[in-house]
Amino acid sequence: MSSLDPITLGVVQSGLQQVCNEMDLAFVRSAFSPVISEGLDRSDGIYAKEDGKLIAQGELGLPVFVGTMQFSTEHLIATKPSVREGDIFAVNDPYLGGTHLMDVRFAMPFFYRGAHFAWLSNTGHWPDTGGMVPGGFSARATEVVQEGLRFPPVKLYKEGRIDEELLSIILSNIRVPEQRIGDIEAQSSALLVGARRMTALLDKYGAALVEDVIAEMRRRAAQQMRAKIATIPDGTYRGHAQVDSDGVVNEPLTIDMRVRVAGTELHFDMARSSPPCAGPMNSVAATTKSSIYLAIRHVFPDVPINAGMFEPLHIDEPRGTFLHAEYPRPVSGCAAEVSQRIAEAVFDALAQAIPERLFAAPAGTSGNFAVGGTDPARARDFVMYLFTGGGYGGSPAGDGLTNGCSTIGISKSQPIEVMEQKYPVLFQEYSLHEGSGGAGRWRGGFGVTYACTLRRGAANASMVMDHGRTGPNGAQGGEPGGVNTVDVIRADGTSYRPPHLSKDQEIALRPGDTVRVSTPGGGGYGDASERDPALVLRDVMRGYYTADEAARLFGVVFRGDPLQVDEAATAARREGARVPPKPQPSPATSRSSKRSRSADLRNLPVDVRGISSTKT
Amino acid sequence: MSGAVVGVDVGGTFTDLILMEPDSGAVRLAKVPSTPANQAAGVLAALDRAAASFADIAAIVHGTTVTTNALLERKLSRCGLITTQGFRDILELGRRTRPHAYGLIGSFTPLIPRELRIEVPERMDAAGEVLVPLDEDAVRAALATLEAAGCDSLVIHFLHSYKNPRHEERALAIARECWPGGHATAGHAILSEFREYERGVAAAVNACVQPLLHRYLDQLESELGARGYGRELLVIQGNGGSVSARSAAAKAVNTVLSGPASGVMAAAAIGRAAGCRDLITFDTGGTSADVGLVLEGVPAVTAEMELEHGMPIHVPMVDVHTVGAGGGSIARIDEAGLLQVGPESAGAQPGPICYGRGGARPTLTDANLILGRLDPDSLLAVDSPIAAGAVRAVFAETVGGPLGLDAEDAAAAVIRIANDRMAGAIRMATLARGHDPRDFVLFAFGGAGPMHAAALAAELGIPQVMIPARPGITSAVGCITADIRHDFVNTANAPLADVDMAGVREILECQAAQGREAIADEGVAVGAIACHHSADMQFEGQTHLLTVPVERPDATREALQQAFEAAYWERFAVALDTIRPVLVNLHTAVIGARPAVPLAALAGARQAATLDEALIGSRRVWFPAGWQETPVYDRERLPADASFEGPAIIQQTDCTSVVEPGNRAALDAIGNLIVEIGP
Repeated sequence: MSSLDPITLGVVQSGLQQVCNEMDLAFVRSAFSPVISEGLDRSDGIYAKEDGKLIAQGELGLPVFVGTMQFSTEHLIATKPSVREGDIFAVNDPYLGGTHLMDVRFAMPFFYRGAHFAWLSNTGHWPDTGGMVPGGFSARATEVVQEGLRFPPVKLYKEGRIDEELLSIILSNIRVPEQRIGDIEAQSSALLVGARRMTALLDKYGAALVEDVIAEMRRRAAQQMRAKIATIPDGTYRGHAQVDSDGVVNEPLTIDMRVRVAGTELHFDMARSSPPCAGPMNSVAATTKSSIYLAIRHVFPDVPINAGMFEPLHIDEPRGTFLHAEYPRPVSGCAAEVSQRIAEAVFDALAQAIPERLFAAPAGTSGNFAVGGTDPARARDFVMYLFTGGGYGGSPAGDGLTNGCSTIGISKSQPIEVMEQKYPVLFQEYSLHEGSGGAGRWRGGFGVTYACTLRRGAANASMVMDHGRTGPNGAQGGEPGGVNTVDVIRADGTSYRPPHLSKDQEIALRPGDTVRVSTPGGGGYGDASERDPALVLRDVMRGYYTADEAARLFGVVFRGDPLQVDEAATAARREGARVPPKPQPSPATSRSSKRSRSADLRNLPVDVRGISSTKT
Repeated sequence: MSGAVVGVDVGGTFTDLILMEPDSGAVRLAKVPSTPANQAAGVLAALDRAAASFADIAAIVHGTTVTTNALLERKLSRCGLITTQGFRDILELGRRTRPHAYGLIGSFTPLIPRELRIEVPERMDAAGEVLVPLDEDAVRAALATLEAAGCDSLVIHFLHSYKNPRHEERALAIARECWPGGHATAGHAILSEFREYERGVAAAVNACVQPLLHRYLDQLESELGARGYGRELLVIQGNGGSVSARSAAAKAVNTVLSGPASGVMAAAAIGRAAGCRDLITFDTGGTSADVGLVLEGVPAVTAEMELEHGMPIHVPMVDVHTVGAGGGSIARIDEAGLLQVGPESAGAQPGPICYGRGGARPTLTDANLILGRLDPDSLLAVDSPIAAGAVRAVFAETVGGPLGLDAEDAAAAVIRIANDRMAGAIRMATLARGHDPRDFVLFAFGGAGPMHAAALAAELGIPQVMIPARPGITSAVGCITADIRHDFVNTANAPLADVDMAGVREILECQAAQGREAIADEGVAVGAIACHHSADMQFEGQTHLLTVPVERPDATREALQQAFEAAYWERFAVALDTIRPVLVNLHTAVIGARPAVPLAALAGARQAATLDEALIGSRRVWFPAGWQETPVYDRERLPADASFEGPAIIQQTDCTSVVEPGNRAALDAIGNLIVEIGP
């Protein structure tokens, strides 16, 4: 350690980071799956040889994989595999440190001068791993076997050569296999790029020094995370989020998140959440933990990602709840949906502790929409996927972002022109979901509305979305964002709304039928009656809200044509709506009738003993 | 052509000018402060400073940041949009991205606000078939509404116009009848390429800066005219080529990011003249390090630049990878206790501490000063001199204190970290794109580039550094070496096996003809006209594109297939012979050669006979191995046959070059300083 000056530390650390970034780039540039190449649904990192702990991870990796690959590599190490240079293991088992079956992890023992130095691992979302629906997102699966092919850690490459027998088993069980070999090559060659760059780094600085840097960086990340936690007032804060339904049983699932701040440590307790569910909205342990890590990282984005960052975060395994699924519970919704609800519950809790640094809830659904069918004009089958964004929550920094990507993703949406080129569909609309931004002093961003019409042939539509029952939470007295809606408008003018609101499967479509979806807006932050009336007027002029909506939500009175704010009437109206003299001007109590749920559930901070009696 | 050619480039701090008389090789230079409020004032001041006689000038080639700055500062024209019914929010919804991967706070403001985006009934499908005819009355009504709303610029952007532009053309024709001022942009005319957001942003960027650029160039032209100048005025574009001022505003978006482009163009021209055809260009000024590639003498061009979050500029641009590390980059200790340099910059105002303009935070330039690499007495931008001791005190306190280092070691650490970031930028521009930096020459310029280049080359294994004769005005040199250039693109997007090759030929020939026509219309003197065709391709199912050269418009299907497979192998070392290639876009660059300029003349005429005569003195300079007494030479006085060992400091008015111990330096035939990096 004596040779380790802070400058060398910084240089080697950025070198490790760059190894990961280059793996990310190599993977995304050569991948076939649009989910990887356009959706950036992949991640690459370096993990400790002995215990699989995270050393460094690419900056442009999918956020939800922040922790999962560490758990996955841990599970692999626990099997005590024999490793040789050039071996690459592949695994997609959700229960062994994974997410859903489509996220396939590769792990390669990296050898330096003949000795095993570390693991290089990556995850890529394959567009299909078999199962009852193309793409793997069945809304109605009741066991994992229906969701696709599951494989434990298997040595797909042995000393640099792919195992043709294993490969043929995999390819025989998935759809569109011919392009998957391209993705497998892309995924493994990204690891080889990493190995080359790691070797160069070690050649330059020596293995001993790099090991010292890894240990020191881990220590410093833990220290930095603890310093952040120390700024949060001690106490227990209770957050809440709700999944519309599991897709099979039409009842909401509840996440009850107790975040206990004790000095420089954070404890997460989800034991009072709903029990395991019949449908695919269960989360596996690795995904549940990873969702908490990514939520914390969204709140404190400048803490470096390595195992040190996780050290002060203590997560009680929520056994007996739907957040700790065990075989054979179906889990396809965990990475895209449940993970975001978990993150929202963390935000919700911390918004009470450190409101000045938080934001209201983001839309938080990936909006998975799939249409599969036959295109008679091209005489072939097709499967179209659409993932959508929604509004982010307002915050002390300003209004929320409109059409942001899911909390757990960083992907770009597909252009409408590309969809219309590839599939027999026509979009009638792709527009801002008006009125969906949750009202607040800083309002939420807006969701998206699209309407997609089948032009020819026959097809089935499926969707796994969320926030159809309740919009994303507001914070500090802000209103929730607008809900997700799905409507099927038939060519004959009749219409259909899925009973589960946000989840359905195999809705038969005929030419001229249109599916119209509006995604959630973000929650509002702060009391809407404190919003600058000039901003409310601007929002009305832009058509974000109608004048009536704005008057109702923000307590602003308009007059004249062109529209103007009636300042005096607005002040009077806002004054009149206010609850008379506030004894305690705390945000939680200043809101009176507007948000009964938050007033009931979230008196802060909650005493730990008090909580146990509220167990549902 | 007879008469002098003038290159004048506006940078963040200085406006640089070079005037060259091609026949005699006479060169005049000027460097004056930039005038951001009206860049023309600085341009005219530079011409005055160079004592240019307008009667003797044949061409003025101008690099301006008017459009780039307007976009970054959002000081834009009021612009309205007419678009397909159901899709007015495309420009606001973007591609669902957020500004940062982590942290859910951040904002995005579309270039055109929602109240100025109007929908009209019309619709094409992806095959270019009309599904809903254009409602011309609705177009007229929309025009009236936007005019009443005070718009002075207009965008017409319809879905699938890359496939069938008829509706956009018709709407544009209607606008031409009644739209005041004439600033109207149709999406397909800027970028005839699929992807509605990117095409729409390119058109919106164009429209939002078009009136500004138009007014600016009109004013400059009339002021030049008032001084008796009536010959060619050319403007540099982001693709590294130039275009007449008259036609520049029509495609104003092409002038965005032209600053970094002209430097790379100069590097390519100087490299070609010196016999070096593969260069990594390294341009470091006050706020950033810009890294570009020159392959086989030609700057690499990309159509995937992004000016900022949510603002992709998909017209072809010289491919420059930027990292926030420059002379003004601020050093600080982060929460993990690690030293960081940049991306925050002190810029030109307040600038580094040593500029005496009120800067109080330690910068890279200050570190170079403390370590003897910069001469405090010959700094160019100093307002009121600051004692070296005061600079040292800041380093000792803010950097040295937390790290347990004295001022000198703290300054050395700042340089090491800055070099590390710059080397990272070069790695991302080379290794991450399949190139080995060891196969290149590092071409260093900008005020701060030559100070760091030798150390970076050693770090990256690059054997040789080339520093041009006038590193501080390289972008102005790029102006006088730039050829006229027009770019065109059209989308095919079909499996190669199904593509109608006659159609491909027709598109490429048509693009070439359009380019020749544009050059003829400009009336600018050009020699040979060359057409470079290329194709964006991918394997079926991929989304990323690989651009491959297309030798001739009548290239065969097999030739395209082979070119793509070869390029794919070179880039990814993967052969995928079972998967079908797709032909996505067809590009044509039409380049009209401008008269050559004698680059050797840049070395100037002050050369001394011996190295000793070029010696200014010596001072103690810090190197990684320790402090060394180091000779200081005057760059302009270096004799043509100069050849010497490092360490050495080479000074000129606006730039300092550092030759590290173990390096060997010499001048080449056209006055470039060549630094051989030792083993």
